[in-house]
Amino acid sequence: MGKPYRYIGKATPRRDGAEIVTGRSHFVDDLRFERLLHGKVLRSPHAHAIIRSIDSSRAESLGGVKAVLTWENIPDLRYGNPRVFRLLDPKVRYVGDAVAVIAAESEEIAREAAGLVEIDYEVLPAVFGDYEASAPGAPQLYDEFPGNVLPLGDPFLGPKSMVEIATGDVESGFSEADVIFEGKCGYDNLPNPMPMESPRVVALWGRAAEGPDAVTFWVSNQAPYLMKAVLGSILGGNVDVRVFGGPCGGSFGSKLMSWQPMCYAALLSKNTGRPVKVVYSKEEHLAAFTLRPSSRLDIKVGMKKDGTVTAIAGDWLIGTGSYSQTTQAQVAVGCGEAMLAVRCKNWNVKPRIVCTNRTASGIARGFGGQELKCALFPILSRGMAKLEIDPLDFMKKNFIRPGEGYLWRNAQWYDYRGIDFTKMMDKGAEVFGWEQKWKGWLKPTTVEGNRRIGVGVGVHGNADVGEDVSEAYVRLDGNGRVVVHSCLQEHGTGQRSNALKVVAEVFQTPLEWVSMTPADTMVNPFEFGPFGSRGTYIILGAIVRAAEDAKKKLFELAAPMLGCDASELDTADGFIWAKTAPEKRLRWQRVLFQRTVLGYGRFEPDYSLSNCLMSFVEVEVDTDTGKLTLLRVVNATDVGQIIDPQGLEGQLCGCLGTAGIDSAIFEETVLDPLSGRILNANMIDYKWRTSSELPAIENVVFETPMPTHRFHAIGVGEIATSPGPSAVLMAASNAVGVWLDGYPVTPAKILSALGKLGSAGKIKDGANGK
Amino acid sequence: MTGEIFASNVESAAGDKQMSLMVNAHSYLLTVGNRPGEVDPAHTLAFTLRETLGLTGTKVSCDKGACGGCTVLMDGKAVLSCMLLTIECGGKEITTIEGLMEPKTGALDPLQQSFIDHSAFQCGFCTPGMIMSAKALLAENPSPSEEEIKEALSGNFCRCISQYQVVEAVKAVSGKKR
Repeated sequence: MGKPYRYIGKATPRRDGAEIVTGRSHFVDDLRFERLLHGKVLRSPHAHAIIRSIDSSRAESLGGVKAVLTWENIPDLRYGNPRVFRLLDPKVRYVGDAVAVIAAESEEIAREAAGLVEIDYEVLPAVFGDYEASAPGAPQLYDEFPGNVLPLGDPFLGPKSMVEIATGDVESGFSEADVIFEGKCGYDNLPNPMPMESPRVVALWGRAAEGPDAVTFWVSNQAPYLMKAVLGSILGGNVDVRVFGGPCGGSFGSKLMSWQPMCYAALLSKNTGRPVKVVYSKEEHLAAFTLRPSSRLDIKVGMKKDGTVTAIAGDWLIGTGSYSQTTQAQVAVGCGEAMLAVRCKNWNVKPRIVCTNRTASGIARGFGGQELKCALFPILSRGMAKLEIDPLDFMKKNFIRPGEGYLWRNAQWYDYRGIDFTKMMDKGAEVFGWEQKWKGWLKPTTVEGNRRIGVGVGVHGNADVGEDVSEAYVRLDGNGRVVVHSCLQEHGTGQRSNALKVVAEVFQTPLEWVSMTPADTMVNPFEFGPFGSRGTYIILGAIVRAAEDAKKKLFELAAPMLGCDASELDTADGFIWAKTAPEKRLRWQRVLFQRTVLGYGRFEPDYSLSNCLMSFVEVEVDTDTGKLTLLRVVNATDVGQIIDPQGLEGQLCGCLGTAGIDSAIFEETVLDPLSGRILNANMIDYKWRTSSELPAIENVVFETPMPTHRFHAIGVGEIATSPGPSAVLMAASNAVGVWLDGYPVTPAKILSALGKLGSAGKIKDGANGK
Repeated sequence: MTGEIFASNVESAAGDKQMSLMVNAHSYLLTVGNRPGEVDPAHTLAFTLRETLGLTGTKVSCDKGACGGCTVLMDGKAVLSCMLLTIECGGKEITTIEGLMEPKTGALDPLQQSFIDHSAFQCGFCTPGMIMSAKALLAENPSPSEEEIKEALSGNFCRCISQYQVVEAVKAVSGKKR
């Protein structure tokens, strides 16, 4: 059956493609400003210390230095959840915490000036372990948080956000179980989303038109409007914030935590009257920006022989590092995502968020759910193994289906209105060859000498596909062209190009007749931004509604000219006609003579749908060296309707990077347990996958139309990273025949599990060939 | 060493040390010094291209030679412009992403067009470096195997994982002459 669409589902070039391939895509650092100053951050060498005194006079007197800001000479600006974290504080809480910010004529001068700031620190004991953080006598990061425990809940999510998974009665659930087991697992290796472009911003304080309390930002981000709201709330109600969102060199959620560099640039600009650029070096990006939260689960599970989970109870410990912006929201979403993936009537899982003396955790793809489930599935696997349940059967049985429901991030119950994903899971299994390759728990698929192959599977879904609000205008101009007003910024998913496609589809115009405003908060309505795969359903949904509204208004204007009712009209390629008399065609230009038509669209949150991705992985383990090689990945999903096949392919292949599957194999942030210094804060020591090591990836995509909305599509990009890591752990355990519990599965962990490492970490039994 | 570095550099009448840099078939005469607009001996080629010559198509990510984002061609070979001092590049022919288009018509290089056709990018920040590495490979080996393409691109970081589509884009133009 042919597709009914002119553009949707077909490969069309990205609108920004020519700019990208010619180097004319203007990322923040490519913009040119007159009289630009360069901002640098002086950072703490200590993990925990009080600044007894700070003297910036020598730095200030260096030629070319225009401003030096410290906690003593800036306003007490605070942000985070709760809003107690100061922009610059007399106490530093991690190696790399900001102490002073400097604006100078060049980066070199700013760097030199940083070396001239004299600081007298009173070094305090520090705490790095999440369990140790709440031990009696542990160093306290904040007076407000005894035991270094942060309050749960995020007011942003509503009055009653999800602070635990608590439903039913776990004791009666355990009494129904055929097997009860306990387990601990941590996904605590702190991978970094590490977009290629580090955080960066230019700020200019003061604009002639809007007055002295106006500040403009050009920032690498994925949500200009949200940053406008965030910065407005930090800088105060009188400050008019304008944010330009241009091309963004990757974010994966992380750059929503850009309030600090944005505030540094804004205050330096206010102080100097000149535009100020702050560009984090890659080292700052890795050591003083966002990591994934750490996650440790300690639970008891009841399970029946048929794979029914009767009860889950226990503790979930989440490490947020030096502060929290969104960790509570990640916990709330993570709890909901666990309920989507594991049907269970009786839950009692208590999260606890602790802060420690390392750089903060924050947003990364998988937003809380990946963190929880990478710890949950390895524990559930033990029960499946006891009962000899195939994990594919377990996941098919337990993933959300129509007629069921779940608690979501606002602690409200939602009846699921989406589709059944079982068929796509079966197809994924068939393409992967699961039936042939799965030999049972802790059983390798094949063994050839020292090479053992194992397989694993994971699943993930997210009801944030319908999160938060989007608004858009669609403007029809006198020349018959269509302009979309949206604050949607391009950060790599191609969603701006997709917006043009759906609007061209509504009007049946040539694609090139549709264009889009820059993501400038001054000219566009509210847009939450593309998070949680919400772009396809919510952002495009608002834009489609705006287009339909504009089309309705256009038809109302055309109807009297064609002598019929607006409901009888149709349009394509800039002509309007009555369906009953298609030979009489009216040009848009005649209807729009000296007139602009403006349609408005708004999409309210809807948490009753979920996406789903299942990842099958095949790994090879060398039992002599402990090296794990990822051979093959099959991703299976159902997106309702493909909007852009190439863009979707790219999003799904993204399962490897951005703290995804490779966080189970080699990605980790290594903290020196004595100093708290990050030991691999550079792109040589922080490992990443190169082109020559790419596994085979096949993406199986179903299109079962979502019954709920026009074009029937649902986004999946955000969760591409999420099912894979626990699948790798499962595959590695099966390959070597021993349970592996820690991420990443390094050669040392494998050799240790095989009993080939001595207590001092030295290889035994001549395993290294000696 | 100094003599070799400055072999193509000349001293102006005012006593300023000058050097010529050939970029995208255009010869730039630059003064060596530390005033604005001059080439400081500490400047990397990436810095000079972006900040002195305004050729911002070359992207800097790690600035430590690890990610390949700043890859340009020097005498046809792929080099990391963040790891070269500009004063070492006198007399060399540099090609940046801006130099790939047909200068008269503005037509895209077939490799650039192939990247568009395959959507061989997501955020696009690594793309100029990827294209320059692929360009150097194709110049040396016009019909590379898939393995050779992957090997040639293995120094180019892409966090979005566009590499699968990049490999297809390069394969599509391999074996063809411009």
